[in-house]
Amino acid sequence: MTVLDLAGLTSAPAQTWGVVRLVPLLRESPVVDLRLHASLHDPAEASIVHVGPSTAYASLVPHAFVADWTGDGTPAAAYGTQLAQPGGAIGCIRLGYRRRMVRREGRRRLRFLPLHLAMEGYLGLHFGGPSIAWEEWTRQAVTQGLSPRVELTYAGAQIPDLAEALRIFEIYPEQCGVLLYVADALAAAFVVPHPDDYRTLHPTLLGDFYGELLYQYGSLYPPVQDFVTRIDEAAVTTVADLRAQLVAARREWTAFHDTMAGGLVTASGRTVTEIRTMGRFTLSRFLPAFDPDVENHIGETITDEAGHLAYLMTVRLSAAQTRRGYLLSRLASLDWDLDTTAADLGTDREGLVQRLDRAGLGHLLRADVIDAVRRRARR
Amino acid sequence: MLAASAAADRVGREDILMFVNAAIASTAQTEFRSSSSGQRMSLEFLHTYVAGNYRDLYAAALALEINHLNAAMIVLNLLRTPASDPGQRHREGRLIAARLRLLPPQRVYALIASLRTLGVNNRRTRAIISEWVTARPDLTLDAVKYRRSLSVAARHAHLDLPSEVGTALFDWRRPKRFQAPLLEAWRRAHYDRSALFELPYTVAEGLAVRHRIDRKKFLAEIEPRLTAGERLRLQASAAGLGVERVAMDLGTARLTRLALYVLSLPRLQRSARRDELTTALRRAAHRAAGRRARTWGRVVAVLDDSYSSVGSQVKRRRPLAVALAAHYLFEALAAEYTGLWLTHRGDPLLIHPLGATALGERVLDGLELRPDRLVIVSDGWDNAPPGQAAEVLRVWRTRLDPSGRSTIVHLNPVYDDAGFDVHRLSPDVATVGLRDAEDAPALVELSRFATGAANFEDLRRHMAERVDQFLSVTDATAPTDDSFLIEQASSIDDVTTEDEEDEP
Repeated sequence: MTVLDLAGLTSAPAQTWGVVRLVPLLRESPVVDLRLHASLHDPAEASIVHVGPSTAYASLVPHAFVADWTGDGTPAAAYGTQLAQPGGAIGCIRLGYRRRMVRREGRRRLRFLPLHLAMEGYLGLHFGGPSIAWEEWTRQAVTQGLSPRVELTYAGAQIPDLAEALRIFEIYPEQCGVLLYVADALAAAFVVPHPDDYRTLHPTLLGDFYGELLYQYGSLYPPVQDFVTRIDEAAVTTVADLRAQLVAARREWTAFHDTMAGGLVTASGRTVTEIRTMGRFTLSRFLPAFDPDVENHIGETITDEAGHLAYLMTVRLSAAQTRRGYLLSRLASLDWDLDTTAADLGTDREGLVQRLDRAGLGHLLRADVIDAVRRRARR
Repeated sequence: MLAASAAADRVGREDILMFVNAAIASTAQTEFRSSSSGQRMSLEFLHTYVAGNYRDLYAAALALEINHLNAAMIVLNLLRTPASDPGQRHREGRLIAARLRLLPPQRVYALIASLRTLGVNNRRTRAIISEWVTARPDLTLDAVKYRRSLSVAARHAHLDLPSEVGTALFDWRRPKRFQAPLLEAWRRAHYDRSALFELPYTVAEGLAVRHRIDRKKFLAEIEPRLTAGERLRLQASAAGLGVERVAMDLGTARLTRLALYVLSLPRLQRSARRDELTTALRRAAHRAAGRRARTWGRVVAVLDDSYSSVGSQVKRRRPLAVALAAHYLFEALAAEYTGLWLTHRGDPLLIHPLGATALGERVLDGLELRPDRLVIVSDGWDNAPPGQAAEVLRVWRTRLDPSGRSTIVHLNPVYDDAGFDVHRLSPDVATVGLRDAEDAPALVELSRFATGAANFEDLRRHMAERVDQFLSVTDATAPTDDSFLIEQASSIDDVTTEDEEDEP
């Protein structure tokens, strides 16, 4: 699967505020047998959409969500998006701050893991580290993968206008997802199975993390404009004509949004890893082709047996992250052998080590290897 | 030459309507999309601009349905910058005096305090303050309830107060007893619990804490002394304490206030009390419609219940409540009525702010019924898709109804501070600000000046008529028992602004 199948999701007209454009994604019939994990819902909040008795077969927990997953009252963060049976165990990392957690539980609020942890975990998940223990790689890189790796990201609150745009956004009753654009660059796509799940998670988009690029776009670009579709009055002689024009305008909008999201939906060369299958649902992670010329999104999906999206969360990588990803993916495809990869990239071993070092991946190589290169480079 | 004067004419008309819209809709409180500081700054700019360029019309705005905050701002600006023409000064003086009588007393006292802060103390100001204070129905009540404010007014305008009131303000510990019963009760209440319950609620509340009176007992005893606004504000906390008698009188409350109350109830309670609430809303609407009931012909209303109608923390569900009140008012005004909500279907009592603002399709649904009048109540942020309502209205006017058989009016309860006006739907359709749904009939009249058809002279004439009407009604009658005055005086602001009539 290299193309994301957005069938069943219709985009509605965008709502803009400042540099942020939010495109709602609507589902005519919500997915009822996969729901957000029950402990993430506020029990006091009544459902807007009535779907009869709960029929959830599987439940999902988005990456880095903090809650009492272990059942002993201590906070833990979900590690990677999880697909589980309702009440089933959740793969998680325990967190140390007990006092704050108590406060959170009291207010029934959700929160994400501190952002840098989330991003590191994300990359760690996507790059498992060398598969062959060549002697140049450190022991840690071989046994534990790339973690810990620090990535610079920006919290949603730092992106200009995003907080206000999310606050005043008018959620549709049947809305199950959103495409988020900053200065008309696709920042993130977010899809959940059910409108109730969306309403619960909508505010957490602000606590989510976004690449450096979007922070810069948000700060530099002027406010984006609303697109106004003009009705051709010459074609209207009756009320029915006018109504037909409105329907056509709506169709135009949908088509237009599909074009705008093209960079994500139809990106080629995507690597998809299936993580888990439960019933008719499959959880997978995908990596882009790491082509520095186009937009690159990493993300997680849950799809049903027909390949339709039930859950989607993406992060857009910045140019530097794309370069790192490119190096790592080249290495991974050539079994982490430095010499072969260097030849493939048109350079020599030393050049490749320098590139790795400049990209911030030097710590993966054994200290004597990297030190020797650095010393020679200084001369 | 002609073109230049036509342009000036249009600019003048638009400026005045922009200002009137702002003065009706904005209370300088936080709105869904703008902050209170933004609202205040925008409003202050408009006031300065209009006061400088159209002074006569600026003063005449006092005769329109503007809200209390803006009325006080206009009075302040008029008194700060005296007019040079004696005739104009005279007209302003009468308008100011008439308007001050309609304002809640705490608003006027706050105005006097800001006059003192700004050092405005000309002879006209002193005369106006003195006249207003003298006309107060019971100065001993003011001396107790607005003690600090009355003393500020007395010092600023060199007032000649009745001797006991003066003593109560400036030297109350000296006399052994007061002759006026309220002042005497207030003096005794400092030492004696039993005198406490003869005082107004706000005064008694502080003294009750000093006497360590239990809150529940206090509320039960003070209940007969509560004003309508205090009842409304206290009923939830009183019910929590088990004092059931503190409850709003649904039979006398005004329409918009009632709608706000209804929307503050959870939906389950609303459906359980459906008959009671609907009857109360219908009665209030009939009272508000008065003689105009059933005169509007066939009316269709498009009412906005999108998520943005939740308002803000300080104006909770205000836009939605105004729409709900308007629904019942139009029902009373029209011979035949259809109300169309954007997302809600069924009983309007259960509306809930939800979803996007898809005005275009709903407006077309309304127009298709070919009504005599189409009224749109919305904050004007048409976003699904953006600008579609404007397109529908434009094509409707040019292609489907060029003769203009249906009158279309847009009433907007939300002031947009960045645009210095309420948000417009379309240049072809008149948009007017709206604060209380009860004012809608008068505002619909004003709306005919908001499109290109009318000119500045017509608007001037209309405002002059309104001023004459306003002055003749307020001058001719005593300020306590006239129906027009009651209607005007109780056009109360939000619960949170604590505007209310103080006389129980």
